Amino acid sequence: MSDIQNLVTYDPFADTGNSGDSADQQSYIHIRIQQRNGRKTLTTIQGLPSQFDQKTMLKVFKKEFACNGTIVDDEELGKVIQLQGDQRIKVNALLVSEGEIDKKKIKIHGF
Amino acid sequence: MSAEIEERLESMEIQDDELVFDLSMKKKKKKSKKTEEEPVDEAPADTQEGAPAADATEEDPMAMFGEKKKKKKKVKAEDDSAAPTEEGEGAADAGEFDFGDMKKKKKKSKKVDFSAFEDGQDQEGEDGGARDPDDIFANEDADARSSSKDGGEAGESWIGTNRDYTYNELLSRVFKILRQNNPELAGEKKRYTIVPPSVMRDGNKKTVFANVADICKRMHRQPEHVIQFLFAELGTSGSIDGSQRLVIKGRFQQKQIEAVLRRYIVEYVTCKTCKSPDTLLTKENRLFFLQCESCGSTRSVSAIKSGFQAQTGKRAAQRT
Repeated sequence: MSDIQNLVTYDPFADTGNSGDSADQQSYIHIRIQQRNGRKTLTTIQGLPSQFDQKTMLKVFKKEFACNGTIVDDEELGKVIQLQGDQRIKVNALLVSEGEIDKKKIKIHGF
Repeated sequence: MSAEIEERLESMEIQDDELVFDLSMKKKKKKSKKTEEEPVDEAPADTQEGAPAADATEEDPMAMFGEKKKKKKKVKAEDDSAAPTEEGEGAADAGEFDFGDMKKKKKKSKKVDFSAFEDGQDQEGEDGGARDPDDIFANEDADARSSSKDGGEAGESWIGTNRDYTYNELLSRVFKILRQNNPELAGEKKRYTIVPPSVMRDGNKKTVFANVADICKRMHRQPEHVIQFLFAELGTSGSIDGSQRLVIKGRFQQKQIEAVLRRYIVEYVTCKTCKSPDTLLTKENRLFFLQCESCGSTRSVSAIKSGFQAQTGKRAAQRT
């Protein structure tokens, strides 16, 4: 019975603490690119799973891609890694091979 | 009777696929053949071209075609026919007769002719084989041109005569009728195309995307939605100027915009179930739904979120 979606009732007073479905939605890792002045670009990696330590990841990224980067703390989106230059493909490859993240969980944005 | 027709149709569809497949293969074959067995193949090819014109003025049509390669061929072929070898002459003769006939009846009838040949007399198997690709090609060609002006008499050329109709004739007849009555059943897939975005630079730091309105209209989407998606994906902002052009901040090339548009189409335009681009995007209490017009399926699409925006400009300007 509970297979039918319409019959699944949603309890508005349920505890919102368990972010079960919101984590489901948020589970995408977004890799974006932004243009800076000139032909410089910035890569942002948003939504990294919490089991990874962002600091060490940043360190690895910086070492691997030979670029600088920071961690930006956003109010809504949590910690976001910023890297200099267009590192989208490389980040994707690294996350898939080393971090063993499903390819479908990563979304590459930008042109 | 109707069951029979259906059966036939099914087999026809398969046949059609094969034909399409063959087309490319045969083309190659044809080419290789030309290089390999020139004397046999050249003569018919030559006559095919030379047939409409008088033999004496052979040189002129060639000049008109202006292709050196053909000219070369011509010379070779002439040599061939000039040489009193029985075989070459015979082949050339057969070819001439054959193709001359074809010329009169146009491409579609080529196949008919060929089949008639097969039925009637035993041509050299090799020659027939060589002509076979032509046949299929022509058939495909004629089919591709859905104008069936000469298809009528060619397709039903057995009517007047007392010979039996062949499978291929019936095939083309069925396809002709099918094409006339409901072309979408004939297996011609309409590819979804969109005009390429016309993108140019506006000054040093801005990009103008001129035909947004046109593209949005073709996709049946609100320009606002498309623009929102563009900005979110490109990570910039921009505005619409007086003549409905989109001015985007930052430098972008046409292919970059095209890639983003392609992603938009995949995500917000095409139906995931039937791949049809004929869809509607509706908003129901803050959720976007994509409804397919051709298959009726509905799916929810994610709202456009621009996500995290890194600060790129001057910090002083940010602080106003």
